[in-house]
Amino acid sequence: MSQSVRTATWPAAASAGGARPSGFGDPLFGLLVRLCGLLVLLLIGGIMLVMAFGGREAFSTFGLGFLWSPAWNPVTNRFGALAPVYGTIVTAVIGLLIAVPFAFGVAFCLTEMAPRWLAGPLGTAVELLAAVPSIIFGMWGFFVIVPAMARHVQPLLRHSLGQLPLLHTLFSGPPFGTGLLTAGLILAVMITPFVAAVMRDVFNSMPAVLKESAYGLGSTRWEVMRLVVLPWSRQAVIGGIMLGLGRALGETMAVTFVIGNTNRISASLFSPGNTIASLIALEFPESAAGSLKLSSLLALGLILMLISFVTLFCSRLLLRRGA
Amino acid sequence: MRSSATSRTVLRSGACPGFRQTLFAGAATLLAALPTLALGAAPAAAADITGAGSTFAAPIYGAWGAAAKSATGTSLNYQALGSGAGQNQVIARTVDFGASDAPMAADKLSSNQLLQFPTVMGGVVPIVNLPGIAPNQIKLTGEVLAQLFSGEISQWNDPKIAALNPGVKLPDTAVAPVHRADGSGTTFVFTSYLSKANPDWKSKVGAASSISWPAGAGAKGNDGVAATVRNTEGGIGYVEYAYADKNHLTTTELKDKAGAFVAPNFDSFSKAAAAADWNNAPNFAVDLLDTAGTGAWPIVSATFVLVPTNPKDPARASAVLGFFDWGFRNGAPIAQKMQYVPLPAAVQASVRQSWSKVAGAKVAQ
Repeated sequence: MSQSVRTATWPAAASAGGARPSGFGDPLFGLLVRLCGLLVLLLIGGIMLVMAFGGREAFSTFGLGFLWSPAWNPVTNRFGALAPVYGTIVTAVIGLLIAVPFAFGVAFCLTEMAPRWLAGPLGTAVELLAAVPSIIFGMWGFFVIVPAMARHVQPLLRHSLGQLPLLHTLFSGPPFGTGLLTAGLILAVMITPFVAAVMRDVFNSMPAVLKESAYGLGSTRWEVMRLVVLPWSRQAVIGGIMLGLGRALGETMAVTFVIGNTNRISASLFSPGNTIASLIALEFPESAAGSLKLSSLLALGLILMLISFVTLFCSRLLLRRGA
Repeated sequence: MRSSATSRTVLRSGACPGFRQTLFAGAATLLAALPTLALGAAPAAAADITGAGSTFAAPIYGAWGAAAKSATGTSLNYQALGSGAGQNQVIARTVDFGASDAPMAADKLSSNQLLQFPTVMGGVVPIVNLPGIAPNQIKLTGEVLAQLFSGEISQWNDPKIAALNPGVKLPDTAVAPVHRADGSGTTFVFTSYLSKANPDWKSKVGAASSISWPAGAGAKGNDGVAATVRNTEGGIGYVEYAYADKNHLTTTELKDKAGAFVAPNFDSFSKAAAAADWNNAPNFAVDLLDTAGTGAWPIVSATFVLVPTNPKDPARASAVLGFFDWGFRNGAPIAQKMQYVPLPAAVQASVRQSWSKVAGAKVAQ
């Protein structure tokens, strides 16, 4: 990204100015741009430091046990990260499980099936879906998906798959409509456009000669996709999926509306849960300055940042190898 | 962060009033994170006062603010961030007064040089979603209410509920308790009542503005709780009475201390306020829960204001006290219309006396 911007800017500047500017204009501009770059590093470092500093009391009180303690009890001042971390990961994974096949279908349709007149508007629609503010998804989820889950989906699953011995616990609990599955569903809708856009670009960047050779040998569209396009673009596709995962992990507002906001770990997909981001958003205003609760929330923020960084780092690594 | 900013825009433009409170938490996060930015944005004149805190009291302070502006010239900028944030901000002295539903502990008041006084009172009511059941048709006790929220009673046709409601056909539905997910003064009041009514709840769960709920789902704000209860058959939740009244929610009756069942309304709240022992409450932190008065609604609380006793600018402190003085004198009709209970006259008088502790502040007595 930065590479291409740089090469694009220099010739343009030189041709527009005509004669090379004399004096200190160039170094000054160079310094300014470098400062902007440095500021980003400072910001990231500063945020991490503030989180770590603010969370030090939680870590010193609970030790590393903070990471796997399921308690979140403001009355007794016992806090642990396990329940929100569990909710964060489970909802993100459910989101991915639904979004990846969906996004693959969208990308497949856009690159291989849709005629040109349809592919253009369809592609724009996918990009527009990515631009919808998350609060809109939250309200839509709360007023449309949640009642539907409570009245139709959960009773249906309970009376069909729920009768089987092992699946019974997955669908148990009162029909609130909110919960891990609903949150995963909303997240899936939110990250699908991101994943689909990456997949479409990757599929489009595939050298035409490879696909044409396969078609020439008599392969069907699906065989070309499965045996030629996917193996060629596998790592970039995984990178795109990780980008979607990163977004799912940090999503706050939409999840808060539909997850049920309860710090409990339950095997049921319909049980209310919590994610780190939504717990912080809800509890922050009612946490006294200097309290252990505030410190625990900041420590949770640090954990979320670390999880997101690892995800982003992996996606970058895979994307680079794939390119 | 982006979503918080979005919610704030929606909130300011007032495009979606029904969602206000639900969106507050998002906006509050942003504002609480940047207190100086948010509040230091406009340099205020002496007659512009700033306050922050309780969402419960926000509607009445807003209404008083609008009415007092034309009468006294004082304009109020009140940020409904939640009681905890209100306490934090007045301790940090970023606002002229903080508002909190839970009274601050006496030692914390003195160490931070704050004066605490009540302004109005209000009730918290249980709401249910049981098809075929009319408002106030179900009768509950505090003991049973705690068992419903702890998951101990899991079916609506439980014998314990049936015993309180002879003749009512109770459905065979699972109990789905809904609580506030955001830290809230309403939760503090409600859980304090459950702790008082049920020793098991007190020892296992306790009372605070946010607690570790043994069962059920959480929702954001009064709107969120009401909407979740409405969506969930067998749902039971708790909201501030003004909210339940405005939206015609199905409330329940509760047993008062004398053993009679009482419906939640302005009258039963006033009886609770009249029966409270104001004289022996330090810093006015009076206990209005389950008071002895006949026909008194058991879940009533006062909301408090915190002002520094050593204000940086005595003129602004005078303006704050002058504002609440106006509210006490002229704000009772507005409060009643919004289902808040004004303080008894004797309590108002002793609150006024306590204002002499604010250094340099002058209020016409």
